[in-house]
Amino acid sequence: MIPPRTDPATTSAARSDPALPALRVRNLRVAFGDPDTPPAVDGVSFDVAPGECLAIVGESGSGKSVTARSLLGLTGPGARLSADDLSLAGESVLGLSEAAWRRRRGRDVGLVLQDALASLDPLRPIVREIGDSLRLHTRQSGTERTARVLEILESVGLPDAHRYAGRRSGELSGGQRQRALIAAALALDPPLLVADEPTTALDVTVQAQVLRLLEQVRDRGTAIVLISHDLAVVSRIADRIAVMHDGRIVETGPAAQVLQNPRHAETRRMLAAVPVDKPRGSRLAPADGTAPATIVLSARTPTDAHPAVPALEATGLVKTFTGPHGTRHRAVHDVSFRLEQGSTLGIVGESGSGKTTTARLVLALTAADAGEVRLLGQPWSSLAEAGRRERRPLIGAVYQDVLASFDPRLSVREILGHAITGPGTPAAPGEGRGARRARQASRTRVLLDEVGLVPGILDKRPTDLSGGQRQRVGIARALASRPRILICDEPVSALDVSVQAQVLDLLDEVQREHDLSVLFISHDLGVIQHVSDRVAVMHEGRVVETGPAEQVFAAPRNAYTQALLGAVPRLQ
Amino acid sequence: MSELEIQASATGRSPGGPSGRVGRLRIGRLRVTVVELAAVLVALLLLTAAVAPRLLAPGDPLAIDPLAAFGAPSWAHWFGTDESGRDIYTRVIDGAGDSLLIGLTATVIGLVLGAVLGTVAGTLGAAVDFTVNRFLEVLFAFPGLLLALLFILVFGPGPGSAIVAVGLSTAPGYARIIRAQLLRVRSAAFVEAATVQGLGRRRILTRHILPNTLAPLLVLGTLGVGQAIVWAAALSYLGLGAQPPAAEWGAMLSAGRTYITSSWWMSFFPGLFIVLTAVCATALGRAIEKRMRHA
Amino acid sequence: MFVLWAVATVTFFAVRLIPGDPAEAILGGPGSQTSPEALAAVRAEYGLDQPLLVQYLQQLGRLATGDLGRSYALNMDVGPLVLSQLGGTLLLAVLSLTVAWLIALLLATWSTGRGRLAAQIGSGLEIVAAALPHFWLATTLIVVFSVWAGVLPPISTADARGLVLPVATLAIPLAGFLGQVMRESLAAALESPFVLSARARGESESGVLWRHALRHAALPAISLSGWAFGSLISGAVVVETIFARPGLGRTLLNAVTVRDVPVVVGVVMVVALAYILMTVLTDLASRLADPRPTANGNGALS
Repeated sequence: MIPPRTDPATTSAARSDPALPALRVRNLRVAFGDPDTPPAVDGVSFDVAPGECLAIVGESGSGKSVTARSLLGLTGPGARLSADDLSLAGESVLGLSEAAWRRRRGRDVGLVLQDALASLDPLRPIVREIGDSLRLHTRQSGTERTARVLEILESVGLPDAHRYAGRRSGELSGGQRQRALIAAALALDPPLLVADEPTTALDVTVQAQVLRLLEQVRDRGTAIVLISHDLAVVSRIADRIAVMHDGRIVETGPAAQVLQNPRHAETRRMLAAVPVDKPRGSRLAPADGTAPATIVLSARTPTDAHPAVPALEATGLVKTFTGPHGTRHRAVHDVSFRLEQGSTLGIVGESGSGKTTTARLVLALTAADAGEVRLLGQPWSSLAEAGRRERRPLIGAVYQDVLASFDPRLSVREILGHAITGPGTPAAPGEGRGARRARQASRTRVLLDEVGLVPGILDKRPTDLSGGQRQRVGIARALASRPRILICDEPVSALDVSVQAQVLDLLDEVQREHDLSVLFISHDLGVIQHVSDRVAVMHEGRVVETGPAEQVFAAPRNAYTQALLGAVPRLQ
Repeated sequence: MSELEIQASATGRSPGGPSGRVGRLRIGRLRVTVVELAAVLVALLLLTAAVAPRLLAPGDPLAIDPLAAFGAPSWAHWFGTDESGRDIYTRVIDGAGDSLLIGLTATVIGLVLGAVLGTVAGTLGAAVDFTVNRFLEVLFAFPGLLLALLFILVFGPGPGSAIVAVGLSTAPGYARIIRAQLLRVRSAAFVEAATVQGLGRRRILTRHILPNTLAPLLVLGTLGVGQAIVWAAALSYLGLGAQPPAAEWGAMLSAGRTYITSSWWMSFFPGLFIVLTAVCATALGRAIEKRMRHA
Repeated sequence: MFVLWAVATVTFFAVRLIPGDPAEAILGGPGSQTSPEALAAVRAEYGLDQPLLVQYLQQLGRLATGDLGRSYALNMDVGPLVLSQLGGTLLLAVLSLTVAWLIALLLATWSTGRGRLAAQIGSGLEIVAAALPHFWLATTLIVVFSVWAGVLPPISTADARGLVLPVATLAIPLAGFLGQVMRESLAAALESPFVLSARARGESESGVLWRHALRHAALPAISLSGWAFGSLISGAVVVETIFARPGLGRTLLNAVTVRDVPVVVGVVMVVALAYILMTVLTDLASRLADPRPTANGNGALS
């Protein structure tokens, strides 16, 4: 609990009158650029009471971030903002001068952003960053400020705060950083806190801790406006939910009601897209834009009609890295698993669990210090690269940072073209150049069709595409060599929940269509639960639990798995 | 995310400020700024002067007219006359060819040498890299002109020496840039993706690594031409490059040095053209870089 | 250390490549009537009659003890000669670097964050400034301030007024270059999330600038300062010549013109040493300003 403030000059008026809404917005309109561009926020209205958490949910481009910025007057010099009412604790903030806004920011309303690594100045120690609000709004001396900062850090769950205070954000762990970021926003105990995607990109367990912290903050009487693209994340802490689409609020109401009885198509779509607790093989996204029911596709029995030889078998993998000062770090410690043909093995773990290194070992991008990977029963990791090369077409890879995996100079056509004419797809004997080009072109069209892209995309560059489109191109590229195995390393982590749903559905279709064996690596338990037949849980370089997906999720045996499962945000 | 959202969300500032339309033009489907357009026009002018000087300055650059010596700029002689009565405007236009040629050749020498060194360092293994790196370090210990001066010391003054000297002094800089780019590309994600696809090392090198490494060369070269011209002119000015009465700009500056207080125009106009060329080259280089970054 | 040795070696061999007989050069250059006895005497005195390898080792030995030999043309020991000229050049370089930094900072802060027009003006000024050749800038400044306005002396006098034009000549192009670098990182810093966080706490624009953005903006400029110092020394060659200031630059130029080998070697060695020292200093300064460890690049999976 944050102890009561000592300086009455900082008390915000709102605290003394609980009847006033902490925030009142009526018909907010924000537009950029020239007058004919549609406004980013188009007539949004809502209230937030003290001690209440309102979650504003929507896809990218829905206007939720701009709305959040307008609550602090930070939409920027080119924005045209208008509203019938915009008040913090009963006082209107419309048309305030910049100087007047500065007095309120930090004191009457606080902002928490995503990714503390970028949202805290990486060159300044956090005691300065957090103490800034105090410096700007109170007349406390340097020592008083430091003392208060330490208090605040303790209250956000960083005991022994004096150890951390002098460090920079890059020297703290992900969870510690995010708490420091929240501490910075709460330093003056503002009655309203605006949190814009505060838990995105955090590990699941850390995310749960941060959400718990926000709950505590809310219970103390602070009003919270929580912006997110993920309904599952907000479902736990939100009292009320507002769904935004194209700049407007399309549905709003008490959380339980919105989650269980959604009225608007957009809400239903977002609910359906959440993968947690959705059975294997069910569609997450509508094929044609309508709200989907949970359609269960034909039941999958992964192991029948397949030979017993596992697609991939890893035994006793070990990989150690030597750091810059000679520190040795064992990233992967005696990891073994089997990927049966035609099935999906999900490897789940948080950052630092070694799952990415494992993926690299499987793809033979690094050599293991010990242990072996066998591909379809044959040696794989023990071969020299020259020996592996001819079998590489058997493996396709889908990456997290798909943009970086494309040569920046190439268009989509060229990217797919290279993949099609690569090794493993030799020219037929006697085939002339024209015939080969025709074959290439038709195969490109087939691939595009399979991933749901139109041929018009061929001449574009990957930087011109949306995140979802890019990943589809990535999947098309992986399929070009007609692989038997697909390695997916966090393929949807960078995508919005709704786009993620579409890509997951696509991967599912593609797997059925080509009878692929899929190794799916992710930190997102919800996704893993949805896609996997079998699951391996990794923690600090080891596999701590493995087994059929239903079993591991229904009755986890390992303590870490239990903790992980407990932290997963679910729709409640 | 829509472009607007991305920018707006990162900063609290909106994209494209209120004066977003200042200085932008549209020519056909290209969008250029006023500055870029001006740079292109100046470049065309200079190239014309280099290739067909008589189009812009019909007079005879060598015509001596002792009676008109040391004439200030006037309608008859736009840039004034020098100590022998030669029209400076004509000589400046004439000198464009010499100066541009010197600058271009020096840049090409520097680029080729630098690209070769940088590529060799990055592709032939750790031992070679180490050696080349040490070699470059040594060359870098000779800042700027000093290396060129050393070269001139050995091979004597003259335009040829100046070209090679400038080329050699710029080569280490290019080599270092190319090498850094090469290392970055080599460990890039798309190169690993190519390995996963089953491409052999040679294929990856020729298809992915080299094109991406050498891509900045065009920009580097354009920026470098301006710098090379300036350095070559500096050498000429010091008496170590092209010698008067050559119409090369640096030489003209050198000749005008003695009369600086009385006939400032003899040094000013050649120098102005040097600056103009260098600025133009820089502006063009940046314009190309901007287009390549967005492509 | 290795670099110094390499520099010495390169210079030694470069110098030996000079056509012409060094003994003749000492006695007044080719074309002067010299008797064979005088030539022989000079050769013996300067050790020019020894085999090449021996000369090289002798040279190294002398350098190691700080003996830079004796000038051919000026009949002085090179060591004291170089040391006496070093001060002037160092003064110019240090002053110019400081002034360049100040101008670059001012320009970058004034023209960023004020809208597109200011940014374009600032950028344009920087491009033009960076392209100005020293010799032209010097002569133009002389014409404007000495000939027309008469406020500053064209040839350097011993007092502070004599420093203004030379320092300006060196500082302005460097300011253009540093300014470009600073402006880019300043603009990037002002757009970053941590600046938004700062604004959300009620930080004013000037607070954002001075407490956050400038430090980030200065980082690349600091690491370039070592190189900048080198280019200032190279520019000093021209500037000292034009303004007739005593310094290493002018000494070097004269030595090159008359092929006074020991002086060339001496100056080059000293310059290399100073440059290396400066690089070490800037590395230190960089680390102070940005204590973060460097990140490693990772591949597609990381």
